[in-house]
Amino acid sequence: MARVLLFGRLSDVAGWRDRQVESPFLSALRAKLTDEDAALGEALAGPGVQVAIDQVIVRGDTALNAGSEVAFLPPMSGG
Amino acid sequence: MNVRLTFETIDIGAILSDFARGRAEVGAIASFTGLARADGGATQILELEAYPGFTEVEIGKIADQARVRFDLLDLTILHRVGKIAPGEPVVFVATAARHRRAAFEACDFLMDYLKSRAPFWKKEHGPDGARWVEPHDRDHADLARWED
Repeated sequence: MARVLLFGRLSDVAGWRDRQVESPFLSALRAKLTDEDAALGEALAGPGVQVAIDQVIVRGDTALNAGSEVAFLPPMSGG
Repeated sequence: MNVRLTFETIDIGAILSDFARGRAEVGAIASFTGLARADGGATQILELEAYPGFTEVEIGKIADQARVRFDLLDLTILHRVGKIAPGEPVVFVATAARHRRAAFEACDFLMDYLKSRAPFWKKEHGPDGARWVEPHDRDHADLARWED
């Protein structure tokens, strides 16, 4: 089981921010979340949304381990 | 070098006094304080979300870049998270260098990075509801000034 974290507007779209999801790959995890909630799937694929696995930004597909922390990060805005 | 997130009100005077104390080699300390803005009543509360752990590490990378680029002797970054009322500090940055130009420029550099590269998500709550704020074109243009 991977732990999925949603930040910023993504958690508002989904109605949750922290969930366990069973998935061997990031691509499969995206597909699973999109199947369950098309609006969330669209938001996750939106411009500027980055993914961090175990707090490291990744690009492209990658295998997930049991206990992987997968964070979806929309465009950032501090200060 | 100190990078910290806080849910508490930032006491700028106390932090700046501590930061300036006992410096024999520092000739210049510059600081920047960003406040939550009411925008004529459109924003009643500003809400900042971070990714604890990740956010501090990412800001630390930016701080390291600033330290090397401007030959800083020290710096401190304190950033609020949670709900913030207009007029309260959102972010405080102080830089210590041998000479003023480096201290000023490092503050400017750090703020440009914090605005659009640091892992924070910002929501404005107003009379018409809440909305997420994303970086403006202006923020990207500010950041581009530092690219070689």
